Amino acid sequence: MFQTVSTILPELFLAVSASLLLGFGLSKTSDRSTVVRNIAAGILIVFGLMGYVLDRPAGTSFSGLLYNNDFSDFLKTIIGFAAAAALLLSKNFFQKENLERYEFSVLTLYAVLGMSIMVSSNNLLSMYVGIEMQSLSLYIMAAFNRDSLRSSEAGLKYFVLGALSSGLLLYGASLVYGFTGSIDFETIRASIALTGPTTGVIAGMVFLLCGLAFKISAAPFHMWTPDVYEGSPTPVTGFFAAAPKLAAMAIITRLLIVPFGDIMGQWQQVIVVLAIMSMVVGAFGAIMQTNIKRLMAYSSIANMGYALVPLAAGTIAGVQGMLVFMAIYIITVIGVFACILQMRLRNGMVEKVSDLSGISKSNPGMALALTMLMVSLIGIPPWLGFFGKLYAFTPAVEAGLLWLVVIALVASVVSAFYYLRIIKTMWFDEPNREFVRAPRQTRVIAIISVLLVIPVLIIPGTGIAEAALGLAENAAQALFAQ
Amino acid sequence: MLEDLPILSLITFIPLAGALLLALFAWLGNDSGREQLERNAPRAALVLSVAVLILSIIMTFGFDSAKAGFQFVDETAWLGGGIDYRVGVDGISVLFVLLTAFLTPFCILASMTSVKKRMLEYMIAFLVLETLMIGVFVSLDMILFYLFFEAVLIPMFIIIGVWGGKNRVYASYKFFLYTLLGSVLMLAAILWIYYYSGVQLGERTTNMVVLIDELKIPGGFQTWLWLAFFASFAVKMPMWPVHTWLPDAHVEAPTAGSVILAGILLKLGGYGFLRFSIPLFPEASLNLAPIIFWMSVIAIIYTSLVAYRQNDMKKLIAYSSVAHMGFVTMGIFTFNTQGIQGGIFQMLSHGIISGALFFCVGVIYDRMHTREISFYGGLVSKMPVYAAFFLLFTMANVGLPGTSGFVGEILTMVGAYQVSPWIAFGAAFGMILSAVYALHLYREVIFGEVVNEKLEGILDVTKTEVFILGTLAFFTILLGVYPSLITDVTSASVEKLILDFNTAQIAAGAQ
Repeated sequence: MFQTVSTILPELFLAVSASLLLGFGLSKTSDRSTVVRNIAAGILIVFGLMGYVLDRPAGTSFSGLLYNNDFSDFLKTIIGFAAAAALLLSKNFFQKENLERYEFSVLTLYAVLGMSIMVSSNNLLSMYVGIEMQSLSLYIMAAFNRDSLRSSEAGLKYFVLGALSSGLLLYGASLVYGFTGSIDFETIRASIALTGPTTGVIAGMVFLLCGLAFKISAAPFHMWTPDVYEGSPTPVTGFFAAAPKLAAMAIITRLLIVPFGDIMGQWQQVIVVLAIMSMVVGAFGAIMQTNIKRLMAYSSIANMGYALVPLAAGTIAGVQGMLVFMAIYIITVIGVFACILQMRLRNGMVEKVSDLSGISKSNPGMALALTMLMVSLIGIPPWLGFFGKLYAFTPAVEAGLLWLVVIALVASVVSAFYYLRIIKTMWFDEPNREFVRAPRQTRVIAIISVLLVIPVLIIPGTGIAEAALGLAENAAQALFAQ
Repeated sequence: MLEDLPILSLITFIPLAGALLLALFAWLGNDSGREQLERNAPRAALVLSVAVLILSIIMTFGFDSAKAGFQFVDETAWLGGGIDYRVGVDGISVLFVLLTAFLTPFCILASMTSVKKRMLEYMIAFLVLETLMIGVFVSLDMILFYLFFEAVLIPMFIIIGVWGGKNRVYASYKFFLYTLLGSVLMLAAILWIYYYSGVQLGERTTNMVVLIDELKIPGGFQTWLWLAFFASFAVKMPMWPVHTWLPDAHVEAPTAGSVILAGILLKLGGYGFLRFSIPLFPEASLNLAPIIFWMSVIAIIYTSLVAYRQNDMKKLIAYSSVAHMGFVTMGIFTFNTQGIQGGIFQMLSHGIISGALFFCVGVIYDRMHTREISFYGGLVSKMPVYAAFFLLFTMANVGLPGTSGFVGEILTMVGAYQVSPWIAFGAAFGMILSAVYALHLYREVIFGEVVNEKLEGILDVTKTEVFILGTLAFFTILLGVYPSLITDVTSASVEKLILDFNTAQIAAGAQ
């Protein structure tokens, strides 16, 4: 009993505090949204710290529905911090747009609860519950600006396509259950080891992967991404781009390594195809985009493609590489959205790339920050983005997927074009308007992100880089030890 | 005492530290402070780059040219897994460090008057660039090398794009994307070597000293890896037919940007061939050398002809740079002492001469704001001192005996003659063509009557310009009459390179 509680302590903490906050928000007629937001951000940070501070042994709860180990602790830490940052970023936007409601913070908490269940789920059922809990919160958040046509459209689109992906997921799960007789990850593995990869299991696995590919917006299941990114309120887009992507990536990894770990030959090709298509679609799709949020949508598609490359290797180093890459991507993307949220003129937000023209003169700090982040996204060393790619692609080379790495690198050169266009617009073009000075909170988050992205952490001899890599390695090893 | 000091790391990172300090001051300071900073930034940058130059000179004097291995090695743990921070110099790289440290102060000096806007950012970009360029030459770890090699793109992109001419955006994009595409293929090859070192040596590493001495890559893989590295270095060099980014970048870049581009950045490719392609892939180098020879000869003849038809002075010099780099690649891939020594010598001498020529163009561009050859004429009567300097550098560019240009070209041709007389013949023909375009440029700009009345009021060179051009002229002649200043330093390392190369060929033949 006690072990069950200790294993799900972070989830319990989130569920209880989210419900209390909901009650707190309801109980008073006066507007408490700002207080609720700050408390919620605090809760998320505590949640993020819990994994490593408590240092619990790996263990299952609810008869194996959830299994918490270093892998899930690592992910929960990043998810917690990413969600807290996105929540803090939303304050100024919602206040200015008259959308300030306390429900937003509570929904964020519930979404994170869903992600937390996802990353520690050890069973097809708990996986599905986690995904749905997260998705339902995200649908509402996408349509949070309910008076705006675009926002409602984004919410509806996300919902309809999300429902389709849930259908695929459930269908796959039922096939796997039918052919292996279990929904427990480890039992499925044992059963596959006995019977070998039957057609039914493979079909089920492919359906599961298709459903999950929707969640990470890997091509060819990416169609919703640009529209949802563009239509949703900007802080919500920032949230979408970070934590949920990582959670979905994590559950894909767990699914591939634990229940289907012995039939790597079957899923490797699926992952390779998803990776190639995402990289190509992401690289070429963004070239013609003028809206920076749409551009970031395609950028995220391409980056999910890169993240799938090490996964295709199916090794410990591959999972480690994926985790390192995703962590770095999330740090960068939060910084990018902190900058996009600063694109505010006197009469409202703007989100065209051309609106950035010449801001190196009018808003030099922001221009510098965004430049650093874009360079990191291109993957130019010594910015952090390069090390993300380095650790993502090395395992793939070791697994004999050099050709895939070459495709990924060439795609990253194509992507360089549109990241460069943003830098060019900011530095080479003539200024037209000046952005309103952003509130301190937004700027601080942007600065933290930039400081992490520029190579402060990798100064030789400090050992920070090695320590961070070690954490990711432990996480990957825990997954394989299961 | 010199042994205890991490002198190479100091040389590498002093400019970066200075750039960060300048940026920090700009961030913390108010508006009036910023103006002051804007005024003083060039001086600060100059002091820093001179300090780096002094340290480099001390380092070069401390360098023992009798030893072939790496010296002043400095190692620190970095990312783990065999990827560590390692720097050091041998006879090949030490002079490139010195060349970089030598040219940067002149660039900063020349920019003080010619750069009109955003002086502070310009100086920051230049200091960062200096760190990265020196870093390329001193790094002894493949990942570290790649880090510096590719990071160079960012400050150069900004220098061309912000302070460049009319068509700067196009040129900066072309420069960036061209070179990036080349380097990512090299990155893929580096990752494979990293993986393969684990297979063969038992432990993965990117330590270049270990890789060069111990790693034996099978012949079939060598060709692919060689081609991947070639993609990167050929673009950087640049070799025909991937040279087209260079004229655009040169034309649009500000004067100091062109000097750095021609003086240092073009040498990264040649240095890469010497440091990676030949020691790591000796069999592939030997097999593919004929391709390099023919590409070099085509480059020498074709770009010389193209240069003759240019009406933009910078474009003409840019094409002549491509031709001169053809001599370098031809020399390096002869695999004999004269050829490789000549290639290195040609790179160093071209660094000085082409830098000086771009300064010369910059002098009249600052006065007249055009680089069109037909605009000028008869400058000799208005600017006699300038005409004298320009003549010296033009002659050095042609390869007149007594200047450093001659030594490099004759050595590479002697080397090439031992491999194939036809190649040497083609290169010699290119030398004649270089006289054609260089003298054409000189005649059109300097000789004749002053027809253009706008030129009536043009002033001769200032003291700063005399200082810059005079120093470069001094070294052009010094290296021309006393070439062993360079060849003595490089010989031990070059001999080791050739010895290792021949040993590898014999081993490959024995199998």
